[in-house]
Amino acid sequence: MASELIGKYMREDKLPHIWCPGCGNGILMRDVAQAIDDLGLDKRKVVIVSGIGCSSRAAGYMDFNTIHTTHGRAIAFATGIKMANPSLEVIVITGDGDASAIGGNHLIHAARRNIGLTVVVFNNSIYGMTGGQYSPTTPRGDYGTTAPYGNIDRPFDIAQLAAGAGASFAARGDAYHVQKTVDLIKKGIAHKGFAIIDCLTVCPTYYGRKNKKGGAVEMMKFQKENFIPEEIAARMTSEQLAGKRVLGVVANNDYPELTEEYAALIARAKERAGGGK
Amino acid sequence: MEQQKRLIINTAWCKGCGICAAFCPKEALEIRNEKVRLKEDAQCVLCGACELRCPDYAIYIEKGTREDG
Repeated sequence: MASELIGKYMREDKLPHIWCPGCGNGILMRDVAQAIDDLGLDKRKVVIVSGIGCSSRAAGYMDFNTIHTTHGRAIAFATGIKMANPSLEVIVITGDGDASAIGGNHLIHAARRNIGLTVVVFNNSIYGMTGGQYSPTTPRGDYGTTAPYGNIDRPFDIAQLAAGAGASFAARGDAYHVQKTVDLIKKGIAHKGFAIIDCLTVCPTYYGRKNKKGGAVEMMKFQKENFIPEEIAARMTSEQLAGKRVLGVVANNDYPELTEEYAALIARAKERAGGGK
Repeated sequence: MEQQKRLIINTAWCKGCGICAAFCPKEALEIRNEKVRLKEDAQCVLCGACELRCPDYAIYIEKGTREDG
């Protein structure tokens, strides 16, 4: 028994999913399905690629062409798929650890090459599946099982990291602001080059418990009050925005896209060889 | 034929996290025995806010049709 959207885009026989009660990943997975539905994409032309971690279970639940790959390598697999068949809509679902630690090199180089993938990061600020170790996005001072006295590292801002590495589209969404996040995922999918949407999610089991952030409801309320959609932030003063995070587009540029550049290169090489064989 | 919307709760998928109840603008939902349910005197307006944020797809608005007459 499922809604029309879930029935259409999820493998119902695999539900209910294994994510913990109140985990934001289910909300974000629905956001991706909603974005695909709103854009009217052909299911047969969509590929969902995931790595390893809580987030990456999504590839098992979503009813598209799906591939659940090795840790940190989702973007590498996705690059191969997109290069082999650029007409496919290749969407990577990954986590903060999978994308920015284990797969950090793949992330920055895919961004630099600006290949037309859409990467949706389910960013829960911790390694959930393996037991609550701190990740590259754990805020400074926060706790993890491997940071019992508090994390002394400064966190990555994944959207800024990708934009700095050359991604032509980068944005930040969250679990609470559903319409905003769906809109950003749609913009990312429709964008020609490398698009990344860093979605801050809630992990009540590990991040929430370790940091005394309360349960799922309290963590969602925190997002409601402290993460501000860009159109609302535009009407606020810098004093009102102090300590808040703005959700929206971080970078949107028109850079050359890799598969188009590669097709042009092949055409040039054929022309030079004479005959176009 | 008339469009008939109704609220559906799939208790088998509900994990009782309480997100739907916390953000329902009409406070129409409650968690009992770790499952969501519509309150006795609920003023549900079928807005669908619960469906958007249910991580488990256990509550949604069905947009079915109904034979009239």
